[in-house]
Amino acid sequence: MRLRSIPLSAWVGIAGIAIALICAIFAPWLAPHGESEIVGDIWAPMGGDFLLGTDNLGRDLLSRLIYGARTTIFVALAATVLSFSLGMLLSFIAAVTGGLVDQLFSRFNDLMMAIPTLIFALVVLAVLPQQLWILILVMAVLDSTRVYRIGRAVALDVAVMEFVEAARLRGEGTGWIIFREILPNTLSPLLAEFGLRFAFSILFLSTLSFLGLGIQPPAADWGGMVKDNKDGIIFGISAALVPGAAIAILTICVNLVVDWLMKRTSSLKGGRGDA
Amino acid sequence: MPEPSKTALLSVRNLKIEATSYPPGEAPKTVTLVEGVNFDVQKGKVLGLIGESGAGKSTIGLTALAYGRGGVRITGGEVTLNGQDLLKLDHAGIRKVRGAKVCYVAQSAAAAFNPAHRLGEQVIEATLKHGIMSRAEAEKRALYLFRVLGLPNPETFGERYPHQVSGGQLQRAMTAMALCPNPELIVFDEPTTALDVTTQIDVLAAIKHAIEETHTAAIYITHDLAVVAQITDDILVLRHGKMVEYGTVKQIIEAPTQDYTRALVNVRGTGRDEAADQSDTLLKVDNVTAGYANGFKVLHNVSLHLPKGQTLAVVGESGSGKSTLARVITGLLPPQEGTVTFDGKPLPRALKGRKNEELRRIQMIYQMADTAMNPRQTVRNIIGRPLTFYFGLHGKQKTERVRELLDQIEMGDRFLDRFPAELSGGQKQRVAIARALAARPELILCDEPTSALDPLVAEGILKLLLKLQEETQVSYMFITHDIAIVRAIADSVAVMHRGKLVRFGPKSKVLSPPFDDYTDLLLKSVPEMEIGWLEKVLTTRRMESAGN
Repeated sequence: MRLRSIPLSAWVGIAGIAIALICAIFAPWLAPHGESEIVGDIWAPMGGDFLLGTDNLGRDLLSRLIYGARTTIFVALAATVLSFSLGMLLSFIAAVTGGLVDQLFSRFNDLMMAIPTLIFALVVLAVLPQQLWILILVMAVLDSTRVYRIGRAVALDVAVMEFVEAARLRGEGTGWIIFREILPNTLSPLLAEFGLRFAFSILFLSTLSFLGLGIQPPAADWGGMVKDNKDGIIFGISAALVPGAAIAILTICVNLVVDWLMKRTSSLKGGRGDA
Repeated sequence: MPEPSKTALLSVRNLKIEATSYPPGEAPKTVTLVEGVNFDVQKGKVLGLIGESGAGKSTIGLTALAYGRGGVRITGGEVTLNGQDLLKLDHAGIRKVRGAKVCYVAQSAAAAFNPAHRLGEQVIEATLKHGIMSRAEAEKRALYLFRVLGLPNPETFGERYPHQVSGGQLQRAMTAMALCPNPELIVFDEPTTALDVTTQIDVLAAIKHAIEETHTAAIYITHDLAVVAQITDDILVLRHGKMVEYGTVKQIIEAPTQDYTRALVNVRGTGRDEAADQSDTLLKVDNVTAGYANGFKVLHNVSLHLPKGQTLAVVGESGSGKSTLARVITGLLPPQEGTVTFDGKPLPRALKGRKNEELRRIQMIYQMADTAMNPRQTVRNIIGRPLTFYFGLHGKQKTERVRELLDQIEMGDRFLDRFPAELSGGQKQRVAIARALAARPELILCDEPTSALDPLVAEGILKLLLKLQEETQVSYMFITHDIAIVRAIADSVAVMHRGKLVRFGPKSKVLSPPFDDYTDLLLKSVPEMEIGWLEKVLTTRRMESAGN
């Protein structure tokens, strides 16, 4: 793959994600103030001592944004990746095996989807101890029901193709059929879904934080920051918009990269040749 | 530039058609699709356009409606209909011609009809839109045309929806639609290509009859010279968008002057005699009955056998159960009754019960090479996988063997890293054959491997299959609906009709009289390169083709 073949839009996306990741990794060195350190007045305006102003408790917004990148990106990315691995694996097994396995998986999936996601998450998180990995796991499992749906639909389309039949006739195992025959042919729609699901994960995380079951204060996360500062909007204070914008920009960047990957994976000539 | 003919209905002179292609990383290029084409269509006469895919037949045919499909531009020449140059007309002017003076019949009638409207409404729609007739007159004409085209229950036929009639009837309904406004010229774009042989002959006869009845001129596009010989007065042979030969049917069929035309006329020249000794049985199918879970039986009590190193052709029209038979042999569809014996040992009924070694010995080649190969794998991986899977070959050894196989199928190693999308139809089928060969099988099931290909390409594939059989002593079970192929390659023949084996035996015996009714119909339905064949056949048939 040549670097020059990567379009400008993808570079913008890659740059955005890189900045976010650098912030997340090097937060203690980059942030001018501590994560929960109260440094000034409540809702100080932008500029002056504080580049982005302060929040509802007088903490530096820029510092919290940088620290918040850590939890937000880590939790959302981990949950999305996990939900995709789980959803795709189960859906592909269902599509390839068919019969009873398919029925069992699909009906259980329907059952999960029949319960409102948020209420399900609230109940489970309220019962289980408040740890980060449990939060990620719960988000992933709930999200994987959606991935399962779309994964099964696209995999069924491919599973009936003759080249899959040819692989079966050769005697290939389910693993080969799933990962070598079906997966490469379903990557495009699944990547598109990935971009969307990642954004939803951030929003879901902030919803949970808002309800007190997500990231626990005083740790910063972008969704929680929107919630903390939302009352300021009534008084014309833009503090809530800053983390909101950060979520929007990260989502757009992820989708720019996904768009480019999608174009590459949908090419039937391995990315060379067709436009 | 030659003058447009004064007496001809349609006169095409110096036609030039271009399109723009967009190669990646380069400036857009203008490609010339058709150049220097001249022909005339006289009133009431039929001109045949013939050539392989990509020859520009359809593109040229559509210029009679002054129409270019997606991105195609008519950039030069004259298309004169009744003295009027169609290419100089504006939008409103050309709209008066399309669907009124010149009509079009598409290849796939099933895709061309709107499934949500009744046939009758669609047949008279264009006529009413152009204000050629009143509704009552148009309905009367539609009824007349349904009669002329031999459609069943012409009075009520128009009340049906497209899904309620057969493919052959739909194609005739589309012809009625084209004839309804009383046009001067009709363009038929491969109207019978998608139909079964036995259906094709009825549709062909109906179209011929209707054209004669209504004195309409026509352009008939096809890749089958034998079909065109039955229905047209003149033939224009095209290749790569240029004229190869233009003359009367008699001259083209009997005395072609160009090499390419001669190749087309003699395309069914491949052939060989059947093997004398047919006793050493490799595959034996005994009293097999098979069907689907809902109780619908596709195969009834089929028994046949195939000797080692020989070819068994299984013939029949769509729905006759010939592909299902292949699925039973591969184990994809376990039979409800009966057994399949391979090399003296009974094969486990279902795929799951078979060992890799048993699977290796039976390979399959599909009709559509496009869908039979994973579009995300390169040729190297497609052919190489069976080598790794069955023989554990890796790295250099594997590449070496893939190269050998590519040589065997007469393709070079520059194809190693190509994806299927970068191959032509014929090359794809060759790669599929190489994949089957890689397993060193003893039996290859060929499910219509040539029916999606152009005649000359198909002949190349058949020759390759014969050559490989000589080299490797592999047996073929060759599923086809084309009697000409059976004649060319088979040692023994099985004729199937509605899930039953109608006739089975050595080729010479099956293909010589006395025939049963179905075999008679099948044999007589294959167009022959002979003028007047259609009329002769219609008078001597014993059985009406099914469901048409």
